[in-house]
Amino acid sequence: MSETVTKKLMLFFPRCECEKPIIYHLVKDHNLVVNVYRAKVTPEEEGYLVLDVTGTEADIERAMAFVRTFNVSINTTGKGVIRDEEACTHCGYCVPYCPTGALHIADSATREVGYSEAECIECLACIRVCPFGACASAF
Amino acid sequence: MKTYEQINDRIESGKAVVLTADEIMDYVDKKGLTAAAEEVDVVTTATFGPMCSSGCFLNFGHSKPKIRMSEAWVQDVLVYTGIAAVDVYLGATQLRHGDPANMYYPGEFRYGGGHVIADLVAGKTLQLFALSYGTDCYPLRELRTYFTIDDLNQAIMVNPRNCYQNYNVAINDSDATIYTYLGTLEPNRKNASYCSAGQLSPLLNDPTYDVIGVGTRVWLAGAHGHVYAEGTQHAGSCERTPDGVPKEGAGTLALTADMKQMRPEFVRGVSFRGYGVSLALGIGIPIPVLNEDVLKRTCVRDRDIFAPVIDYSSEYPQNTGKVICHVSYEQLRSGRIEVEGQKVAVGSLSSYHKALEIAHLLADEIKRGDFPLAAPSAYLPKDTKMKPLVTREKPS
Repeated sequence: MSETVTKKLMLFFPRCECEKPIIYHLVKDHNLVVNVYRAKVTPEEEGYLVLDVTGTEADIERAMAFVRTFNVSINTTGKGVIRDEEACTHCGYCVPYCPTGALHIADSATREVGYSEAECIECLACIRVCPFGACASAF
Repeated sequence: MKTYEQINDRIESGKAVVLTADEIMDYVDKKGLTAAAEEVDVVTTATFGPMCSSGCFLNFGHSKPKIRMSEAWVQDVLVYTGIAAVDVYLGATQLRHGDPANMYYPGEFRYGGGHVIADLVAGKTLQLFALSYGTDCYPLRELRTYFTIDDLNQAIMVNPRNCYQNYNVAINDSDATIYTYLGTLEPNRKNASYCSAGQLSPLLNDPTYDVIGVGTRVWLAGAHGHVYAEGTQHAGSCERTPDGVPKEGAGTLALTADMKQMRPEFVRGVSFRGYGVSLALGIGIPIPVLNEDVLKRTCVRDRDIFAPVIDYSSEYPQNTGKVICHVSYEQLRSGRIEVEGQKVAVGSLSSYHKALEIAHLLADEIKRGDFPLAAPSAYLPKDTKMKPLVTREKPS
């Protein structure tokens, strides 16, 4: 059996594709394990979805080809939360609020704050607490 | 023993030995105090964090016809006009006109005085709207125009209170989230926050105000400014460690500098959810190594500096003065403190990372001969206390 991998994705569903059960087919037809972090449907009936998919590389590739047939755009960097490097002052105030350690003190000597995107579960706590407005949501 | 003149001669000739307050401890441990005091000329200290008692005087020059502004707003943020015709004072914590504040609690406070000051330093185009009652010599009664910092005659930052020597650690003893100037505090002591550069902070390296005084040249957000007075609420008389390091707020500095020389990365607007707006500033202050005692005091380490843990849900707002315990900055930096047996996650509002950057930038300027030191013309009081406001009945 091929080795499974996990990828974080952000999907954007244009208006016409929002009501289709695309994620259901990722599970049923493409053998993927999905873990949804955050989803939103806008008043314009567009949709955003940030999720992890776990499966073989081949299954994920096939699934993505399937998703693309619906005009859904796929952002493989999974950036639902964006950290503005310029705005961040590395005060570290966000660190205790981040439940997974995605935001962390990367260097104990310089107190530089690091951000491990893969660890982010999109709870948005950092956006609420950052006094410098360094974190923002893509949607 | 060295004098300011000797140190400045070495700075001018590009031979000054300058270390940051972060580097000096290990250097002195290695070289010994006596030898290090001979060799080292200057220790640079720094801090970066929100400092609410900040603001600036702006002079707009005169329009045709002239106006004596009686009310004015920059970017819809009210400025103080109770001074001469086209001078205003813009304060860091002023809210923008129409901001709902905490009407929908907790308010977001996205933009205010601190952000206007940051935008001004960043060179952005800002709107001025001014009203007047009109006089014979200043007939114009309404004015709306757009300007940048380059259009102003003067933009002078004048901050009544910066560089708090030490500061509280805020914690929440109640069972509801609270929103404070030290950030959002979760109920039942779930988290805590602090705000100091600790061992790098200027007045913690000169705990009894022996070298930093009125007239000391400072690095204020990249501009060369100076200490113009003791800061408001300066209270040198307080509980101290045997080494003289304050265990509470204690000393403060009033600083001024030309905003046209400032660097935007060290002047930042801040928004505290449920509390308001403020301004974060980067400040560097050089300490001349005049003798061994001065040098010894710059060797203070985070483990030797203690901050009081205070409940901001009840004790702080009710002004009871109750301190739960003291914790060291070494503990604070670890990200976890122990409060009455309970482990509490803690975060900093002050950026040690930026402070370190400033200490190095200042050290580089001094080494290049671009930042001569200024001897104070007066010293900060050592023995004053902070008085409370007593609310009284009208005297008969």
